[in-house]
Amino acid sequence: MDLIFEGIKKAFWLLVTLDPEVFRITLLSLQVSGTATLISLLIGVSTGTIIALSQFPGKRFAVSLVNTGMGLPPVVVGLFVTIFLWRNGPLGFLGILYTPTAMILAQAVIATPIVMGITVAAMQHLPKKLRLQILALGATRFQMVWILVKEAKLPLLAGVMAGFGGVISEVGASIMVGGNIKGYSRVLTTATVMETSRGNFDVAIALGIILLLLAYFVNLILTTIQQRERPR
Amino acid sequence: MKWWGCIGLFCLFSILPSLSFPVSAQQKNIILATTTSTQDSGLLDVLIPSFAKKTGYFVKTIALGSGQSMAMGQRGEADVLLVHSPDAEKKIVAEGYGINRRIVMHNDYIIAGPKEDRAKIKGIKLASEAFKKLALANALFLSRGDNSGTHAKEKSIWKTAGINPEEGKWYQQTGLGMGQTLNVAAEKKGYTLADRGTYLALKKNLGLDILVEGDALLLNIYHVIEVNPNKWPKVNAAGAKTFSEFMVSKEAQEVIKNFGVEKFGSPLFFPDAGKKEEELGK
Repeated sequence: MDLIFEGIKKAFWLLVTLDPEVFRITLLSLQVSGTATLISLLIGVSTGTIIALSQFPGKRFAVSLVNTGMGLPPVVVGLFVTIFLWRNGPLGFLGILYTPTAMILAQAVIATPIVMGITVAAMQHLPKKLRLQILALGATRFQMVWILVKEAKLPLLAGVMAGFGGVISEVGASIMVGGNIKGYSRVLTTATVMETSRGNFDVAIALGIILLLLAYFVNLILTTIQQRERPR
Repeated sequence: MKWWGCIGLFCLFSILPSLSFPVSAQQKNIILATTTSTQDSGLLDVLIPSFAKKTGYFVKTIALGSGQSMAMGQRGEADVLLVHSPDAEKKIVAEGYGINRRIVMHNDYIIAGPKEDRAKIKGIKLASEAFKKLALANALFLSRGDNSGTHAKEKSIWKTAGINPEEGKWYQQTGLGMGQTLNVAAEKKGYTLADRGTYLALKKNLGLDILVEGDALLLNIYHVIEVNPNKWPKVNAAGAKTFSEFMVSKEAQEVIKNFGVEKFGSPLFFPDAGKKEEELGK
């Protein structure tokens, strides 16, 4: 128990003194996971909407694939992304292995199915008659989709939060494709793993607390947006 | 529409800084594949910045087990290796994947175990004798089991002792790094083979004692190896050479000599540049 108090004390101290190293890795965590979530938002919502609103053979299969993707193990994603990005791998010419860009890529792969799966469910949950009604009122197809997306805002934002939560807390892929390089690709989760193996448990606990605080504030912002115009 | 503005702001906020990631020229990057012990002990946190300052190279340190580090070198995915698994090192140099293998430093392995020392191995001079006693007593032994340099050394000691430990229930493989394996050993009150550096770095939280030390077999030697650019043309050969030369330079050797003295009262590594492997431990 002493250790946990030590950790809380340490976290407080690191935050109050604005420790430059901790500040940098916290910011990088936010940048990497935020950008990855944004990418997954663009791909996930658009593709998810298309899947949900269109009828095509094998739709059920496609949806089941997306839903399975929601449980993609980060280490497996990390392994494949690493192999693809190797110098002598198929995407080696990019030269982005062991950079934050590679971490964004891997995290986007993890978050996209989560956002997509929730989007599909959210769009399918909307009453079917709504589409007819909107079209009957003279909306174009694009306007109809736009209104439906706005209608599903609540669950869609929940999807974004789930995606962000999935990647900000993920360590397996980040450590494999980022390499946990000091001052460059070290994020809160990989730093926590390293400090644990170094036996600096207090620092590890402190980093964990900072990670939780960060996740809390990001979700607070998203929740505020989500709840502001709640349909009454 | 207001909430879209908020989302936009959030996105901008998260994407803008990411555009300013330092994009350094390829030639200025060196990928160093090394062992967990050099990172977990904190040695590289001292050496790498001074190397970067001196040469302008940006070193990407990837801390893995020695086995995995060498596999990366063999595939041309790293430029330079800092490892401690002599037999495997000789093999990749003989196969032409590594060149200019140079000795950097050494420290030693110790057998750590709980204070109670159920198998009564404390003070035994030969590591292989101690391992025999552990097997006889069915005392819980935690192995790295990850093809690291430490794991390779442990297997060679079992071989010297003439025991195949993998048959015993008392022999468990963690598959983790040295630091975590020591923690598992401490938690389960088991024995393990550890490098002295990591042990000293973690000692305060462990409650494990050094039970066997000083056997010549327990010597732990680190070499730096450059990956052969003739096998893998994409390797940063110039950077690897500069790093390798830095590791055996007077400046780096002086850092190695003094590293840890202040914190642990004794050095964690002993500089050996220019020495022959056979001379060590005598």
